[in-house]
Amino acid sequence: MKATIIVTLKPTVLDPQGITIQRSAQSLGLAEVTVIRQGKYFDVHLAESTPLERAKELVLKLAKDVLTNPVIEEFRIVWEQKP
Amino acid sequence: MKFGVVIFPGSNCDHDCYYAIKTVTGKPVEFIWHQDTSVKGFDAVILPGGFAYGDYLRTGALAKFSPVMQAVRDFADRGGLVIGICNGFQILTEAGMLPGALMRNSNMKYICKFLQIRTETTDTPFTNQLKKGQILNVPIGHGEGNYFADEDTLKELEGNGQVAFRYLENPNGSIHDIAGIVNNKRNVLGMMPHPDRSSEQILGSTDGKLIFESMVNALAGSRG
Repeated sequence: MKATIIVTLKPTVLDPQGITIQRSAQSLGLAEVTVIRQGKYFDVHLAESTPLERAKELVLKLAKDVLTNPVIEEFRIVWEQKP
Repeated sequence: MKFGVVIFPGSNCDHDCYYAIKTVTGKPVEFIWHQDTSVKGFDAVILPGGFAYGDYLRTGALAKFSPVMQAVRDFADRGGLVIGICNGFQILTEAGMLPGALMRNSNMKYICKFLQIRTETTDTPFTNQLKKGQILNVPIGHGEGNYFADEDTLKELEGNGQVAFRYLENPNGSIHDIAGIVNNKRNVLGMMPHPDRSSEQILGSTDGKLIFESMVNALAGSRG
């Protein structure tokens, strides 16, 4: 079982890295690229024997307590095999 | 009166802090290993600058899970003095011991230079030897010093006089030019500039010493 956790800055938080990358895209001539927001993702593999409810619970805890800083970031979870 | 300097894997200003306390204030100081589960016997704890856990995940994010941090949190809850400098400030925000967060500098660059900060409150155990409005010459050295907090938090910080220091010229994009804050109990201070690197004239400034001397003064006072 695998979950991918995608962490991004909240929409209200300035993302200087994304802005810099977007400017580079403009320099490359990709004028249509108006906004880039940078984030990170984590592939989390769980033991196959993990009960589904437990899997959901622990991935949520991991995302909330470790992988994101709730002051500036938000996350979404994508399950490869939907539990 | 005994100071403790926590060493995380990747701390690199631990010896600067140790030296500043020992040599400049002349007070006893010991290192505290990050695996320790107690800070018993210490009257003040310093979280030094550096790159704890290699800044992996987010600056300060993994250090908050070090065993010593539970002890530091309990110590602060009991009113113990805790100062986080640079990476120490980042750790304190990640650990939830101070509000807000420290993000990448707005210009995306690591900035290492002397600059000026203004003392915004003297009503803390860290600033009692300063005058309100006093300008300090102190160095910064960070890539993630861009302080951020939401509107409500900022209102609270400003309303309670929890902003300890502000940059005269904002180097990193920090909201409200914030360089350092205290918690609402005023016994935990986080600041990006380094008082440990500005406590002796040979380093270019002795202004940082006033912060450590304020702590000594506060601790001496609390013992009556």
